[in-house]
Amino acid sequence: MNAAGLRSAALVLPLVLFLGVFFFWPLATMLTTAVSDDAVGKAFPTTAAALSSWDGAVPPDAAIQTAVATDLRVIEDRSVLGDAVRRLNSAVPGFRSLITKTYRTVRQNDDAPVDLTAIDAQWGDPAVWRGFARAVPPYTDRNLLAAVDLQRDAEGDIRQVGEAASANRIIMVRTFVIAASVTALCAAIGLPYAMLIAGAGGWVRTLLLLAVLLPLWTSLLVRTAAWVVLLQNNGLVNGFLQTIGLIDHPLPLIFNRAGVVIAMTHVLLPFMVLPIYSVLLTIPSNLMPAAATLGANPLRAFRHVLFPLVLPGLMSGSLLVFMVALGYYITPALVGGAEDQMISSVIAFYATGTANWGMAAALGIILLAATLALYAVYGRFSRTPPGFGV
Amino acid sequence: MDAFIRFENISKAFGAQTVVDNLDLTIRRGEFLSLLGPSGSGKTTILMMLAGFVAPTQGRIRLDGREIQGVPAHKRDLGVVFQSYALFPHMTVSENVAFPLRMRGVRKAEISERVTRSLDMVQLGKLGARRPAQLSGGQQQRVALARAMVYEPKVVLMDEPLGALDKQLREQMQLELRDLHRSLGLTIVFVTHDQSEALTMSDRIAVFESGRIEQIGPPEEIYDRPQTRFVAEFIGETNVLEGTVVSLEKGVARLSAGDGRTLLARTDRDLAAGQRLLVCVRPERIAVSDDPGAANAIPVEVADSVYQGDHIRLRLEGDGVSLVGRRDRSRADVPTGTRGYASFAPDDCALVDA
Repeated sequence: MNAAGLRSAALVLPLVLFLGVFFFWPLATMLTTAVSDDAVGKAFPTTAAALSSWDGAVPPDAAIQTAVATDLRVIEDRSVLGDAVRRLNSAVPGFRSLITKTYRTVRQNDDAPVDLTAIDAQWGDPAVWRGFARAVPPYTDRNLLAAVDLQRDAEGDIRQVGEAASANRIIMVRTFVIAASVTALCAAIGLPYAMLIAGAGGWVRTLLLLAVLLPLWTSLLVRTAAWVVLLQNNGLVNGFLQTIGLIDHPLPLIFNRAGVVIAMTHVLLPFMVLPIYSVLLTIPSNLMPAAATLGANPLRAFRHVLFPLVLPGLMSGSLLVFMVALGYYITPALVGGAEDQMISSVIAFYATGTANWGMAAALGIILLAATLALYAVYGRFSRTPPGFGV
Repeated sequence: MDAFIRFENISKAFGAQTVVDNLDLTIRRGEFLSLLGPSGSGKTTILMMLAGFVAPTQGRIRLDGREIQGVPAHKRDLGVVFQSYALFPHMTVSENVAFPLRMRGVRKAEISERVTRSLDMVQLGKLGARRPAQLSGGQQQRVALARAMVYEPKVVLMDEPLGALDKQLREQMQLELRDLHRSLGLTIVFVTHDQSEALTMSDRIAVFESGRIEQIGPPEEIYDRPQTRFVAEFIGETNVLEGTVVSLEKGVARLSAGDGRTLLARTDRDLAAGQRLLVCVRPERIAVSDDPGAANAIPVEVADSVYQGDHIRLRLEGDGVSLVGRRDRSRADVPTGTRGYASFAPDDCALVDA
C-alpha cells in the first residue's frame, strides 16, 4: 500500500474502530452469550474430557466415574460448582441433591476408587448421564430453542415445550402484531398528513411540520403520561365522546391494546411523515394537473400517478416505524395491560430480573433475525426500477 | 371559420392583482393560435382557465358552444402539453402515452394499436419501452405531444413547450409542430414569450400585455403593421421615430419630425393634422445610400457594424436620431465611418399612437 493509501486508511480508522467497538463487538458478545454454556465444563473439566469418549453404556466405565469424583475432589471455587449444579439441575431435576450427596461422600475418602451407583442409585439412571453429557460442551442451542418455546427432550430431539411454559412465541407474535398495527395506522395518518404539508406553503407548512416533530422533542415519559390523562375513563377523549352523546359509557382506551397502539402511533408518526414528505417534495408539481388533463379524476390520478411515486417514501417510513416499534418497551409497560407486553419486556425480565443473560441474548437474536428477514423482503420489493430518478 | 372557443368578458384577479382584464377572445376551429407576451402578461393564466385549473373571477368560457366554467379539468377532454413535459417518471414511454386511453376505458388491443400509431407519428416508435429519464429533452417533448394527442382531443393547449430545448432543436420542433397541426387539422393554443416561435408556427397571434390583448392577427400583420408601440417593439427589432401629422393625402401621411425633417408613411388610418404619432420601421427596411433624394432620407453616419453571420447589423447615428439597420451580405459593404443617407419607403412604415 502506498503512502496515500495508508493515509486514507488512517482517516477511516476511527470509524472502523467505532463500528467495531460499539456495533460488532456487542453483537458478537450477544451472539456468544446466547449460545455459550460453559458452567458445567468449567467445573468438571476432567469429566468433560472423559465423557467425550463415552460409549453410552450406563453406568459408564470406571474411568468416567473416577473423573467425576476427581473433579469433585479438586474443585475449590464453590460459586463455579454452584453455577454448574444449577445448570445440571435445570436439565435433569434432582441433580442438585445428587451432586451434593456425591460431593460430600467423595470428599470424605480422598483417593479411594469410586462406584457412583453405590453412593446414590440415581447414578444408574441413563437420563442423568445423558443430561450430564449434553451439559458438558461449551456451546448449546438451549437458549435459542427456549426463545421460540422449543426444548430438547431426554433423547435429544427438539420438542415443543408444554402449554403452560410457552409464552415467548405468543409474545413474539404479539410484538409483530402491535408493530404492524402501529405501522399501518402511521401510514394511514402519515400519508395524507405529508401530502397536506407538501401542499401547504409558508407558515402553515412550518406549523404542520412542528406539530409532527414536537413529540420527538418531548420526553417519552411526559408524552406517555399525557396519554394516560387523555385516554382514561374520565379523561378528555371519553369526556368529549360522552358529551356529544356518541357513547354512554367510557370506552376502555388505556391499559389495553388500544392505548398502546394510540400512544406508539403518536410517537412514531414523524418517522412515517418525514420520509414521505421528502419524497413528495421531489415529485414535480405538474404531474397531477397533467393526469387531470389526460382524463384521470382525482382518485385515479392519485392511484396511478402520485401513489406509485410516493411508494418508496411510504415503504422506508413503514420500515422505520416497524423496526422502532418492535423494540418498544416503556410505552407498553406504562399504558398497556398484561396482555400487551412486548418482547422487550421479556428481554428486560431475563436481563435485569433473573440475570439470565443467555435467554436475554437469545431472544434478542431471534428479534434481530426476524427483523433482518423482513428487511431483506423489503429490499427485494423496493428495488428502484432503472431510469427512475427519485 | 366558426368560433370554436370563446372567452367572453373574462377577468381573473389573484387578490388585488388583476391578471386578466375583461378579455374577449375567439379561437377558430382548426386554428393555430399563439398567445404571445412577456412573463406576467396573463397568457398562461388564460391557458390554465381553458384547461380548468384556474377559475375565472368573472365571465364565460365556451367550448364548442357549451359553457365550461363548471366542468372539472378531467372532463374537458383537452390535450395539454406542459412546460416541463410532466411525463410520469414511473411509467415507460408507451405507458405514458397509453394513460389517457386507459383512463377512458379503451380496450387493451386498441390501446396498443393507437399508442404505436401515436409514437410513430412523433418518430419514437422504437423507444416505447424506455422510461422518460432515459430520453433526451426533444424526445421527452415528443412523448408529451404524443400523449396529449393520442385520444384525439378537441383542442391541444401548449404552455411554452419548447422553452427547455436548445435553439436548433427548438427550431426543428417548431416545424414539426406546424406539420402536425396541418396534417391532423388540430386546434392548437400555444403560449410563448418567444416572438420568432409565434411567427413561425401560428395562423394568428394574440399579443398580450398586462392582461389585455394588444393586437390579434396573422403573423405578417402583427409584424408588418403593428398597431401599438408595445407590439412594434415586442415583435422583433424596430426603429421608432416621433412625428406630428401635417397632412394626409391618398393614404400617405406627411409628418414633421423635428428640425424640419419630413417623414412620409402609408397608412389606412384616418388622421387629423396636429396628431402626434410614432413611425415604426423594421431594420431590414432601412437602406443606406448616398442618394439624398430617396424617400425619407435621413443623413447618418455608420457608427458601428456588427457581423451576425447571415447579415450585418448597422448602428446609424444622425442628427438627433439613432437608427438600427440591417445589411444583407449580398449587398455592398458599408464600413464604419461611412457617411450617407438612411432611407425607407413610405409603404414600409407603421404608424402607431404615441
